[in-house]
Amino acid sequence: MRQLDFMGKRRYAFIVSGVLLLVSILTLLFQQLNLGLDFTGGTLIEVRYASAPALDTIRQLLEEAGFRDVSVQTFGTANEILVRLQQAFDPDVGTRVTDILRQSGESVNLVRAEFVGAQVGGQLRDQSGLGMLVALGVVMLYVAFRFQYKFALGALVALIHDVIIVLGVFSLFQIEFDLTVLAAILAVIGYSLNDTIIVYDRIRENIRKSRIDDMAVIFNDSINQTLARTLATSGTTLLVLLALLVLGGDMIHNFALALIIGVAIGTYSSIYVASALLLAIKLEREDLIPAKKENAEEEELP
Amino acid sequence: MLNRYPLWKYLLILVVLIVGLIYALPNLYPEDPAVQISSSRATISLDERQLDRVGRALDEAGIPVKRIDDEANGALIRLADADDQLKARNIVNETLGDDFTVALNLAESTPAWLESLGAAPMNLGLDLRGGVHFALEVDMEAALTQRLEVNASAIRESLRDERIRYRDTEIEGRTLLLTFANDEDRSKARRIISREFPNFQYEDREAGRGATLAMTLTEQQVTEIQDYAINQNLTTLRNRVNELGVAEPLVQRQGPSRIVVELPGVQDTAAAKRIVGATANLEFRLEARPDTPENETETIAFRNNEQRTAELMRDVIITGDSVSSASRSFDENGRPQVNINLDGTGGTLMNRNTRSNIGRAMAVVYIDNQTRTRTVMKDGEQVEERVPYTERGIISLATIQSALGNSFRITGLDSPTEAEELALLLRSGSLAAPIYFVAERTIGPSLGKANIEQGILSVEIGLLLVVLFMLIRYKAFGVVANIALTINLILLTAALSMLGATLTLPGIAGIVLTLGMAVDANVLIFERIREELRAKMPIQQAIHAGYERAFTSIIDGNLTTLLVAVILFSIGTGPVKGFAVTLSLGILTSMFTGIMVSRAIVNLTLGGKSVKKLWI
Repeated sequence: MRQLDFMGKRRYAFIVSGVLLLVSILTLLFQQLNLGLDFTGGTLIEVRYASAPALDTIRQLLEEAGFRDVSVQTFGTANEILVRLQQAFDPDVGTRVTDILRQSGESVNLVRAEFVGAQVGGQLRDQSGLGMLVALGVVMLYVAFRFQYKFALGALVALIHDVIIVLGVFSLFQIEFDLTVLAAILAVIGYSLNDTIIVYDRIRENIRKSRIDDMAVIFNDSINQTLARTLATSGTTLLVLLALLVLGGDMIHNFALALIIGVAIGTYSSIYVASALLLAIKLEREDLIPAKKENAEEEELP
Repeated sequence: MLNRYPLWKYLLILVVLIVGLIYALPNLYPEDPAVQISSSRATISLDERQLDRVGRALDEAGIPVKRIDDEANGALIRLADADDQLKARNIVNETLGDDFTVALNLAESTPAWLESLGAAPMNLGLDLRGGVHFALEVDMEAALTQRLEVNASAIRESLRDERIRYRDTEIEGRTLLLTFANDEDRSKARRIISREFPNFQYEDREAGRGATLAMTLTEQQVTEIQDYAINQNLTTLRNRVNELGVAEPLVQRQGPSRIVVELPGVQDTAAAKRIVGATANLEFRLEARPDTPENETETIAFRNNEQRTAELMRDVIITGDSVSSASRSFDENGRPQVNINLDGTGGTLMNRNTRSNIGRAMAVVYIDNQTRTRTVMKDGEQVEERVPYTERGIISLATIQSALGNSFRITGLDSPTEAEELALLLRSGSLAAPIYFVAERTIGPSLGKANIEQGILSVEIGLLLVVLFMLIRYKAFGVVANIALTINLILLTAALSMLGATLTLPGIAGIVLTLGMAVDANVLIFERIREELRAKMPIQQAIHAGYERAFTSIIDGNLTTLLVAVILFSIGTGPVKGFAVTLSLGILTSMFTGIMVSRAIVNLTLGGKSVKKLWI
């Protein structure tokens, strides 16, 4: 089987990662994320129709008028409709929406228009952040225990790298960030970690087995050996995600998008960030196999 | 011998599979959208003729009816399409008139034998089916009064410490009135109090007898207190509806003083109200001494016996706000009790107050704010008006045996259920201000029909693509992986159903994604087998080595991810928690199916046989 020289190109990869990270951090600092209705809150409008309307038509009319994140549902009876919009509340928005809805020629009355707060409170935000930090800490401990602390460092940097870049893409293109995207980011963490550990596992196995001291060669072998698996797994995952992205409709579109970016970056980072970093911080065979205790034998001699 | 499983492993897999099938099965029988008719008076019952008329009316309106079940004092009309539910209710209402109550309902259609095993389908979320919508009004004036009462307690204590005599403390709107015997006491008190509470507007008022000090909340403080009250109540309500972690509710602020709670899969509003929970709070107070001046005490009745009353101090030691955790248990005699843990400040306050009062009694007071609906005539029309009222009652009055610290227990509860409810209430935090139910409605799904159909289609195609991919890449072993994948889906569905999880469209996408990633275990194993075959290992040994060597990778990879999920579950709230549940269950079931089930299939078909060529 042809061997690809992954580690030889690691300098280019560092540059690519560096640029991606820099752009992501800059755009996150200056543009922030385009938070959706779940996080920002918006406007709630209740209208009453003379006769039961078609919900899809209402949705269409409002979207054509330029409102974002429109949710339309029946409210109590078939004639009363509840509309949620991602739109800062102003006193006119109720009449504006009612006017748009009257275009279809039906009789519509405004019952009330009010602002609604975020579905996600500050508590959730803080706790999720804390949860993430604790999770990363525990994972580091686990990897340090199962492998070695240098591996833990590599895995951690790879994870942070992936999350920042996915967030960066969402910020750069101002794609809406809602609760489903948050869930996707959490899934990316799981995926990327899994991928990194599989590659690490092979590296550890090969370091113990082989007698070569050139770590770059061992790393290349390991990555090549796991390449078929890496491609197959990210392949199946991407197949599912593409189906969701293309056919899934608005609700799952951004969820799938975040994961596609995440899976791609996660696969890349398990090779070029997690593994290449081990070379940079000079992982040696002795880190995994304790140096032979030659002195111990000598001591037993009389 | 190589590639053979002992019998018990096959049996274990069989048992898990059967249990999984039983609990996953109810999802094939989704709940029917239904209209429930019940007579509003016991004397009237629904007869055949009326039911016939209803059936004909629905028929004329073009609403397909699935089945009509007779029930005590009414009937349950099961409809074929959820979109018709509201229309059907209107028609039934018009046909039958005022003698009957017509309500929306979701009728179970799980076969009885499954139900008897406790199996039930998953709920559908707000986006797919809608649910019930509550609007709760936060009583802002009460929030201010409560804050002033807390301040008054603190002021009374510091006045006592400073040995300044006061006659009375009274709350009037946004003003706290302190009455002293003379000017001198008042100016001394004003100096001390204004140092402790700099944010009030102070004013000396001359009342008939004595000297009064009026302290009024500033506008800025009023806004702060009200914002705090709303946010605190939002948090508490979120905690209550999120207890399970997988229910996918919606809790948000609406307008200046309202909170909206939407719960999926519930159309029976009485049940939903129980979930939102009582609007209650707790107070811990000392019993008054016989010589306590009357203006410092209050008479409160017991909750289970209104004839019995006790004189309590007006000063509150702590309220339910200070409780950090609470759980139900039983004491040595098997009587229900609630174990309570307090937060730092609460613990200090409790300790300080009980240490100096050993031998006195302490009461736990239950405060519930409710509304009564009253019909009044307004402008010639009948209007329903909600009148708020407060119910207070002592749950327990017990002698303080020793100084209490951060954790203690409440006894004297009537039943284990009451203990459980009280623990839940305390655990989820108490409300900073009373809330009242002002509106309840059923709401339709927030996603359009087209959107839902699109989403489901994409999920099906995604799953199909994974199956095809595995077949093409691993041929015969692809079949094995796909059987394992199917079993994985069944087990995951069963586990989520047992937990009473709620399915939303993104949730379904997440499950399919988990399945897409779950083939990873099999991919790892199969790639390893191929590798060993390339290294010219004999077939049976290659299979064995493939499973053995891939094992550590699978365990390490999955365990780290599982760790993340467990931590997210224990720390996260709401949607993060729900996601963590799905993720961890998915990891567990996929490890089981990817390693054990696929191995069992391979062992059964190939194990111990002489295989010339492996189709992989």
